[in-house]
Amino acid sequence: MVRRRHDFHRWWLPQLLLGGTVLALLAAMAVTVTGNMALRAMTVSLGFLDNTARFPIAESVMAYSPVDGFAWAFATGLGNTLLLTATIIVASILLGIPLALARRSGHLLARLSAGAFVDGVRNTPLVIQLLFWYGVITVSLPSPRSAFQPLSGIFLTDRGLHVTTLGITGTALPLVVTLTIGLVATATLAWRGRLHQASIVSLGTVVVGATLWLALDLGLRPDVPRLGRYNFVGGLTVTPELAAVLLGSVLYASGFAAEIVRAGLAAVPAGQWDAARAMGLNDRQSLRLVIVPQALRIMLPPMTNQFVSVLKNSTLALVVGYPELNSIANTTMNHTGHALECMLVLVLAYLTLAGGISLAMNALDRRTARWTR
Amino acid sequence: MTFVRSAPEPVLPPPPRGRDPAASSTFGSAANIVTTLVIAFFAERSLPHFLAWAFTNGVWRGDAADCRDAGACWIFLHEKAPFILFGIYPEAERWRPLLVVSVLIGLTLWTMPHRHWTRATLLTWVVGIAGSLLAMAGGVAGLTPVPPSAWGGLPVTLLLTVLSLALGFPLGLGLALARRSRLPLGRWLATGTVEILRGVPVLTLLFIAAVMAPLLLPDGMRVETFVRALVVFTLVSAAYLSEVLRGGLQGVPRAQMESAQALGLRRREVLLIVVLPQAIRKVLPPLASTIIVVIKNTSLVMVVGLFDLVSAGRVVLNDPAWPMPYAETYLMIALVYFAVCHGVARYALHQERVLGEGGR
Repeated sequence: MVRRRHDFHRWWLPQLLLGGTVLALLAAMAVTVTGNMALRAMTVSLGFLDNTARFPIAESVMAYSPVDGFAWAFATGLGNTLLLTATIIVASILLGIPLALARRSGHLLARLSAGAFVDGVRNTPLVIQLLFWYGVITVSLPSPRSAFQPLSGIFLTDRGLHVTTLGITGTALPLVVTLTIGLVATATLAWRGRLHQASIVSLGTVVVGATLWLALDLGLRPDVPRLGRYNFVGGLTVTPELAAVLLGSVLYASGFAAEIVRAGLAAVPAGQWDAARAMGLNDRQSLRLVIVPQALRIMLPPMTNQFVSVLKNSTLALVVGYPELNSIANTTMNHTGHALECMLVLVLAYLTLAGGISLAMNALDRRTARWTR
Repeated sequence: MTFVRSAPEPVLPPPPRGRDPAASSTFGSAANIVTTLVIAFFAERSLPHFLAWAFTNGVWRGDAADCRDAGACWIFLHEKAPFILFGIYPEAERWRPLLVVSVLIGLTLWTMPHRHWTRATLLTWVVGIAGSLLAMAGGVAGLTPVPPSAWGGLPVTLLLTVLSLALGFPLGLGLALARRSRLPLGRWLATGTVEILRGVPVLTLLFIAAVMAPLLLPDGMRVETFVRALVVFTLVSAAYLSEVLRGGLQGVPRAQMESAQALGLRRREVLLIVVLPQAIRKVLPPLASTIIVVIKNTSLVMVVGLFDLVSAGRVVLNDPAWPMPYAETYLMIALVYFAVCHGVARYALHQERVLGEGGR
């Protein structure tokens, strides 16, 4: 007897029941919500996004003022979220790799101290770490008058960090164009796997840049923060909120990045080292040509999850009062009462960003697949 | 002429692998000496300050006045520990949260050895959790009623963790099974639910729950913040756990299920006796990390106005009589979380070794 592939009782009926139940639940929810919204005289429309926001945002990477619309307030929040996410991801990897190497090293002190650090940051909530660093900055650092100066030109105060910036004097445009072209070309070549050509191009860019520098007679002028009436002026200022979020999140994320890198390196079979040595490669070459390409492939999926976590954890900036997308949407919700719309914007924004991270990492995964095979 | 070996080759010792002894690893080579010196430099710059702060200048007895311009204000913790641990729970009734905390910790410790994984233990857990909730809420057996909005500190953290894991696990298992179902509609619904819950930050979900709860309930009905937060945490843990379990289920060979069916086991038995134990054994490390994430996530309830360890700590720091010893307070709370999370991680490592020997 041949059974039909999709017989009614085992294929259509359960799905009809499931779909019916879900639809009925959604309909019941919709009815309750519309009823409650009618009681509260709430309306659903995205028209409010054009209205003036009227609330201040303490700091942002994009220009914002309270006379701007809600749509621009959301964009400002998104900008801050992206700034946090990108900075934390890059810095946590830069810090995580040496941490992972220290945990794998034969050096007893390095291994123990890196292990204690990684265990410590990974096993305590980020909220506490952020609050702690915010306390360190706002309570324990000195006032601007007696600023703590770890390096000349860097001032740490309870009002924030003030860093000397370098400005270029003279017509710098040709230099900027040259460096941009060189950087893009290097990155493209490296992405295509042509590492040798990439290094030649980057070297060439440096030489041309240096020649331009001398030819155009450019100079550097440092912009040193000076103590004004109440606070430092000039240079680059990082507010206590941003500093606490970045410091806390980077340390936290670096613990996780270090574990992923360590696990990735450990997952490459020890025989690969032996085989590479047998081929006559030295330690550096075995690491670069044999171990790292394989470890990288193992690290990519957990790294994708880690990057999405960083994005989601950026919402915790709220506890120290740094305005990112989630808290700005929450403020908007409280100001306008357009709760459903704000929630929709939030959910779509985070799902899109998380999906974007996954897509980008999958593209990278396919690249590495081509290198290794 | 042929060569026939008559005596076995001498067994050579394995090549040395493993770590150098401490002395040579710290001073063995130029690079190691440099590393040691760098670490020593930083230790020399920071450790004396820390030790002076914590011990030499630390205030171990006295009162708020002694803490001004001194080192660590440990006396503050001694004074405020009951409030941090039990929050705004009525002072006369503090034995109840204390009992709940001891019961939950005792049950956890009892469950740890393998031989205690029995039906009776499971039943004790159900009774223990229900009893804990009753003891906290009161209103029965002559206990004064205490609304969840007055609960606080460690019991809130522990109850949220235990409940969201206990309720989230079966839900997560259901989602994982639905994602592997042969019915496309079930797969799509489960995938959509899991991906939304995993892609949106927990903080956002907590805000959404706060906004949506009054809209979703019939007019005039209210729901406690505790319950709202619990629903969010349960759904989130279910989504995270389902991804871990799905990975484990995928790792169990199909033949295992088929042979179990051939033995005449029912579908439920196939899952519970044959497939699930193997699946869980495969995913112990990510399972432990997920549990740790759930534990750490409970610290987020602070932003929706629940009174857990972290918010209790923030409140005591606002006492103007004291010079705001934030480092000591957060250190203490962090230590509580660290003890629990590190304990879970260590226990999972131990189980991995024990179960790994039994399995193949």
